[in-house]
Amino acid sequence: MLVASFECSETSKLQNSKLFKVFCLVGIVGFGACVPKYRIKAGEIASVWGEDARRIEDGLGILEKSVPALDEDAATLAVEASRNALVYSGISAKEIGAVFVGSESHPYAVKPTATIVAEAIGAAPNLTAADLEFACKAGTAGIQCCMGMVASKMIKYGLAIGSDTSQGKPSDALEYSASAGAGAFIIGSDKESVAVIEDTFSFTTDTPDFWRRPEAEFPSHGGRFTGKPAYFKHVTSAAKGLLEKTGTAPKDFDYVVFHQPNGKFPRMVAKMLGFEEAKLSPGLVTPVIGNTYSGATMIGLAAVLDEAQPGARIFVTSFGSGAGSDAFVINVTDGIVEKRKKGVKTVKEYIEDKHYLSYALYVKHRRKLKSL
Amino acid sequence: MKSGSALTWRLIPNRYRLIGSHCETCKENFFPTRPVCPSCRRKGKMVEKKFKGEGKIYSFTTVQVPPEGFELEAPYVLAIVELSEGPRVTAQVVDCSENDLGFGTPVEMVFRKIQEEGKEGLIHYGFKFKIKK
Repeated sequence: MLVASFECSETSKLQNSKLFKVFCLVGIVGFGACVPKYRIKAGEIASVWGEDARRIEDGLGILEKSVPALDEDAATLAVEASRNALVYSGISAKEIGAVFVGSESHPYAVKPTATIVAEAIGAAPNLTAADLEFACKAGTAGIQCCMGMVASKMIKYGLAIGSDTSQGKPSDALEYSASAGAGAFIIGSDKESVAVIEDTFSFTTDTPDFWRRPEAEFPSHGGRFTGKPAYFKHVTSAAKGLLEKTGTAPKDFDYVVFHQPNGKFPRMVAKMLGFEEAKLSPGLVTPVIGNTYSGATMIGLAAVLDEAQPGARIFVTSFGSGAGSDAFVINVTDGIVEKRKKGVKTVKEYIEDKHYLSYALYVKHRRKLKSL
Repeated sequence: MKSGSALTWRLIPNRYRLIGSHCETCKENFFPTRPVCPSCRRKGKMVEKKFKGEGKIYSFTTVQVPPEGFELEAPYVLAIVELSEGPRVTAQVVDCSENDLGFGTPVEMVFRKIQEEGKEGLIHYGFKFKIKK
């Protein structure tokens, strides 16, 4: 259906777009992030495996990554990000009608993370809740679910969270990037939003670029296959689809946020689509916290919203292996100035509050020893 | 800490959201929840109270020899935190060492994993504290 919409005529697309704007204007009422305090440098990991640290840093564009504390998991990170979002929004948790938690590291195989979050923030019991999984884009899929429910007036507010404590096999390229963090967005009416979501567009195919079977401890991936047919194809297709749907061009935007599995791919895809590096930098956090998977695009967007001024336009495209991309056009409103005064911890403040671990302690934190 | 599903479920309001009690007769706050006010007895009127989760360090120590289930986390800081509404609670203080703490250091509640019942059992979550910046 989405592809059909992508291929429809210019006139009907404009009509669809107008209908969407008339009936479906929703936005971000509040947002929050959470990044664990612990970090490990790419050079520290490289030294264990006899790799050249400089080559890794330059090749992946990652200097260091976040590591969860021993008592942190996708649920605790989601709760902290959500509590930040609630304070930012100023709404009562009881007004939230839906909680969606996107993650590929849900603490339980069977028992929802969303119920833990809903209970911890005081939103339970009169709401619907569910866990989502779509590799790194489960968080933005949650935003789309909330958009639909708010737009159809099923709920007043919806909470969409992307949260992960991702794992990489020791010595694998993923070990330099797989990190931990969460982003939470409260979706509500455009009238009380700090940023209005003007439109969204998704592109989805069955592409086996990255996966983890139920009993496997670490994910597997297709190496170079994760690039062109996976990340680049889906991100560019979703982005081009939304640019066409909204009749916009890269020059119309002040900021751009792409999914950031490393520091290199988002820079390359920005160049391919014609977005300048300066528009990408404020939301590119992977070089200093690693790939937070479901949290990555969400934290990147939160970093942009921490500094964007009223009137700024933001173009966002996530990516989840398997594979799919969700693109959004987001316009910042005047309301952001007042809500920013609430002093909720910013992404920058989370990034700067850090403590480095040795590889030995990192192994303990990630329980990579057989006996742990 | 290892407990059945029913006890875990019953303690969720206390552990997740710092829900305690307030006596409308003597205005005193209690944590965890108390069904009867120890001062007013039958004259007391107890209502639910949600604590803000802010407080200061009343006393603290470092646990070097942990109980079963906490081996991986040792050494860790355990403190008595005086909540801004009055009651004192015992909890871990995370992401710091005792060198970072003093009597009266301001702290705020965080939501963390307290213990896992092995690889197949329940995961217990609840409040801990971190230094407020």
